[in-house]
Amino acid sequence: MSLRLKALTKSIWVYHMSTGSCNNCDIEILDLLTPRFDVERFGITLVGSIRHADAILVTGSLNLKTVPRVKAIYEQAPKPCVVIAIGACASGQGIFKNGPNCPNPVDSVLPVNVYIPGCPPKPEAMIAGIVKLIKELTGKK
Amino acid sequence: MIKYLFNYIIFPGFLFTAVIGLVASWIDRKVTARVQWRIGPPWYQPLMDLVKLSIKEITVPRSASKGLFFLSPMIGLSAITLVSTFIWLINIDPGSKGFSGDIIVIIYLLTLPAIAVILGASASGNPLASLGASREIKLVIAYELPFIISLLVPIIKSGGMLRLGDIIAYQASHGAFLSSLSGIIAFIVMIFCMQAKLGLVPFDMAEAETEIMAGTCIEYSGMLLAILKLTKTMLMVALPLFLITLFWQGFNFLSLWKYVILLVIIILMRNTNPRVRIDQAVRFFWGKMTLMAILAVILAVKGI
Repeated sequence: MSLRLKALTKSIWVYHMSTGSCNNCDIEILDLLTPRFDVERFGITLVGSIRHADAILVTGSLNLKTVPRVKAIYEQAPKPCVVIAIGACASGQGIFKNGPNCPNPVDSVLPVNVYIPGCPPKPEAMIAGIVKLIKELTGKK
Repeated sequence: MIKYLFNYIIFPGFLFTAVIGLVASWIDRKVTARVQWRIGPPWYQPLMDLVKLSIKEITVPRSASKGLFFLSPMIGLSAITLVSTFIWLINIDPGSKGFSGDIIVIIYLLTLPAIAVILGASASGNPLASLGASREIKLVIAYELPFIISLLVPIIKSGGMLRLGDIIAYQASHGAFLSSLSGIIAFIVMIFCMQAKLGLVPFDMAEAETEIMAGTCIEYSGMLLAILKLTKTMLMVALPLFLITLFWQGFNFLSLWKYVILLVIIILMRNTNPRVRIDQAVRFFWGKMTLMAILAVILAVKGI
């Protein structure tokens, strides 16, 4: 494994983007930083500015108002950058599938790399998703 | 010439201080994690962060003033490299290195990283960054006053020496200034000022993650952000060593435990305090800290 890839996968700074969710997924994301799960073991930290981000965590059903903002935020992120859809709404529109306000699934706007379903997904599920992503990026099976 | 370049880039200067600073910042993160009952990052984490940042894309905002935006992290890094080279070289060889009045040069160079952060934040054209820059300006004005007043104490006690090497030599023959009352008071004031200079938690309002989203470095990404982080990391080595040189007989490789003690004080202060507002910080530094520093100077003149 090259140093470049190792550095990219060992130090993932995540940016938390809520596109109008009910805050359940957001609370579960914050659970990842608590002593019980402690993702800083793997070098994952939450950052406040999109310019520092390596991964964007998208939560919530993408409604009409947030579509242009989500696009703008993704364009501002320094590449290489991955997008992780967290929760049933972000993965596949969830209960808003036939809703008039949320016609766009997240993956029609952003190139999503990982889907983590669940309403909300457990922190273990999120860690498993990120481990799968890292394995895919580094080519290890 | 080549010897000076070697000193600046490799041995006591850039590379050496950066390595010690990376280790220190790992200790900081690990102890913070243990205080919060977490496990904490592995030992190579600060290095990995820097490598990762240096291979990421650099985005420049459209409203930014480009030259200053690129230049200001370099100003901070070169200043902190120069000051750490000074401090290490003078401590390794206090007799011949340094010149009369080098303390004043070091004071100016230690202010430059903060000035560079302010310049870079103002050049980035982001409203939150300008908010952070205004807080940083107020903080600099607040902590420089007690810092410089308490810096007078070792100068007065050594009989008006303005050369760092002379102060070390004086302490070697007369005992550390930390063993006197005025020395202890000035040292405590200096520790608070050091915390503010490092921008760590009680005084991190310029970079408040939860309020203004990284504040002064909000628009920086990639290599430039790595340089800003590296400047902070190296400041975490240079400032405690400067304090040890002034008050605690200087240091060599055997007395690195003095540095570890100061590092532990910094980390514990960081983990046991909430962030203060900027007006509280200014009142703290211009009120209590300045009074303590003036008291220390009066005691030093009296010879206590």
